[in-house]
Amino acid sequence: MLLGRTANGLYWMNRYIERAENMARLVDAGLRMALTRTQSASEEWNSVLLSAGSDVAFTQKYQDYTAANVADFLLRDTSNPSSTMVAIETARNNARMVRTALTRETWESINEAWMSLKRMLARPIDERDLPSVLDAIKRETALIRGSFYGTMLRNEIFDFSQLGTYVERADNTARILDVKYYVLLPSISWVGSTLDNYQWESILRSVSAHRSYRWVYEADYKPTNIADYLILNVRMPRSLTFCYRFLAEHLKFLGDDYGERHACHATADKTQAMLRAGSIKDIFDAGLHEFLANFIRENTRLGDEIAQDYRFN
Amino acid sequence: MRLAAFDEMLPEVSGLRRPYSAYDRWLKEQDPARLTEKMQDAERVFRKTGITFAVYGEQEASERLIPFDIVPRIISGNEWRRLTQGIEQRVQALNAFLDDIYHRQEILRAGRVPRELIAKNEAFLPEMIGVRPPAGVYTHIIGVDIVRISEDEFYVLEDNARTPSGVSYMLENRETMMQLFPELFQKIKVRPVENYPQLLRQSLAAVRPQSTKGTPTIAVLTPGSFNSAYFEHAFLADQMGVQLVEGQDLRVIDGHVAMRTTEGYKQIDVLYRRVDDSFLDPLTFRPDSALGIPGIMDVYRAGNITIANAPGTGIADDKAIYSYMPEIVEFYTGRKAILGNIPTWRCSEPDSLKYVLEHIDELVIKEVHGSGGYGMLVGPAATKKECEDFSKKLAAKPSNYIAQPTLALSTCPILTDKGLAPRHVDLRPYVLVSDRIQIVPGGLTRVALKEGSLVVNSSQGGGTKDTWVLDD
Repeated sequence: MLLGRTANGLYWMNRYIERAENMARLVDAGLRMALTRTQSASEEWNSVLLSAGSDVAFTQKYQDYTAANVADFLLRDTSNPSSTMVAIETARNNARMVRTALTRETWESINEAWMSLKRMLARPIDERDLPSVLDAIKRETALIRGSFYGTMLRNEIFDFSQLGTYVERADNTARILDVKYYVLLPSISWVGSTLDNYQWESILRSVSAHRSYRWVYEADYKPTNIADYLILNVRMPRSLTFCYRFLAEHLKFLGDDYGERHACHATADKTQAMLRAGSIKDIFDAGLHEFLANFIRENTRLGDEIAQDYRFN
Repeated sequence: MRLAAFDEMLPEVSGLRRPYSAYDRWLKEQDPARLTEKMQDAERVFRKTGITFAVYGEQEASERLIPFDIVPRIISGNEWRRLTQGIEQRVQALNAFLDDIYHRQEILRAGRVPRELIAKNEAFLPEMIGVRPPAGVYTHIIGVDIVRISEDEFYVLEDNARTPSGVSYMLENRETMMQLFPELFQKIKVRPVENYPQLLRQSLAAVRPQSTKGTPTIAVLTPGSFNSAYFEHAFLADQMGVQLVEGQDLRVIDGHVAMRTTEGYKQIDVLYRRVDDSFLDPLTFRPDSALGIPGIMDVYRAGNITIANAPGTGIADDKAIYSYMPEIVEFYTGRKAILGNIPTWRCSEPDSLKYVLEHIDELVIKEVHGSGGYGMLVGPAATKKECEDFSKKLAAKPSNYIAQPTLALSTCPILTDKGLAPRHVDLRPYVLVSDRIQIVPGGLTRVALKEGSLVVNSSQGGGTKDTWVLDD
């Protein structure tokens, strides 16, 4: 038995931990692009902001798409509700609220991540330090994840936490793909310019998959393979299919434990069925953008239904 | 200000006291640099586990640590036995007084406590008249603040019968000491405190409503994560294995209090509340309270929930009542109080007021309803101007104040950059009341870290120490 408010806290704690890390990953990918392709750098930063869902807020504050501006906005700006700093602070506030549901190791890893990032992000980041700051963010969130997986009992507390993680992750991967979907579309005139290659690598980098891609597919980047990897591959931990496999599983555990199925179960099953049935060719034929837009909508709906069905709000 | 105080480790006249002999031997073998290192370790441990408290009125640094000193305060088994007898007697009297004051009011009829002191007191809740809480217990968890001024003189400074805090520090202090100095606990037999959460849980379960079927469902009610003592609320709920709830999680359904869970509403039988009386039920008390549960007082009066501590217990630890405690103890237990009171002038009485105004620079003056060291004047430490300003406040509303002599509270050494140095301390043992009275050996020692200071409150620069009761 869990308080609705506690379930809510666990869910959002994990969404924000995931988000804090995703911001670092996006900046990392953008930085890489900007370093290698100086001409299209501002375009690249723009798509990073689009993927982060922070483009409108950014343009209200800045005119130039520079590494320093974007990194500052996405990592440490306290007026940006999705910045790493705000995300980790929100995660920690939620963790503090649900402290009694967490193991000591999990709470301490979140508290320590908050303390060290607060220190690190207190002042504007020197561009030379940016790579080490990004590493530190990824390391802190990895430590949280490690303590969490290593010590938490696999009960409803774990289930609600995982729901938060995978709803956020699925949303993030889908957005990254949607922002760049056009570079993945098959082009008739030429097969893969150098620019495309960079673009493709950047997509993979934003989900930390540029190395593992090669373990699964041939060495060359191919748009259909990249889309297949991020959407349908069941082994890739940030793919949509992977996220939904676990969303469905944890919802099933909750349904079995409580002896009751809700609207969220139907929605998750529906999305999972859609991912299972399709091949990447079908998805391209029906329209990649339409597919992704629909997925993001359904994923958001799943989040709302979970909150409603389990009395979060 | 310099007072000749009794040092509990090394009194000036008699030399090292026995309870400290084994510790002193160990201490002399330690490398001072290593001790300083340990002190920093301790701070890291506290910071990491998030043992912080919030200070009201400070925007930045909203989470601060209570400084921890690594030199333990040591009490012998004999000293402790004497203290527990006095505390037990006092706690019995407090509960008997509450029961009487909300029923027949014999003590008022007997003229031992003035009637107007009760009737006009904000801490007295007319809503509790005629209500008998489950198991007849009013104040379940009590923190009795005790000061020492010599080898044999202990006084009660204050009875905290509402929602005493600090017990989590007692537990974490011990935990930290055992992590830092495991070898010490092998050498010296210290009575354990770590079973407090289990005792608390058993104690709360024992006072469940009669109508409860099976194992009672217990919850801790907190005002929320922004409350200064939130860490403690979460800590206790966690250690007891019960839910930590806020007012927004609770609702009255079919004559019971229920919490909103992921599977619907679940009934609660015992509520350990850390929310003040006035916020408990917006239908009965403050209508603007968002922290409470509308209708919980009706459930309470119907005997369907235990609220610990009961509403209205504040009338027993009110500072105006405090001065009558010797009479109260004698009235209900038939014996003289084992633990004395500090002599107290009630400023509401004209003769006392005159005396207090004339001697303001020698006295400690407290607000009757204040707590946490706010709104008090320590005469000997105050400037002339501060004394004059306070005199005006005092003369304007004398019944709002009591005054006490500035006592030379005992000292205990703390570790400073320049080695050991004496600082004033007090002691808050925690008492649990159900069908029996249980006192955890030790309690929270608060220490005024500033040289010469007598104010031990954490909000005013006080720190804490681990408190050892020897198993000797």
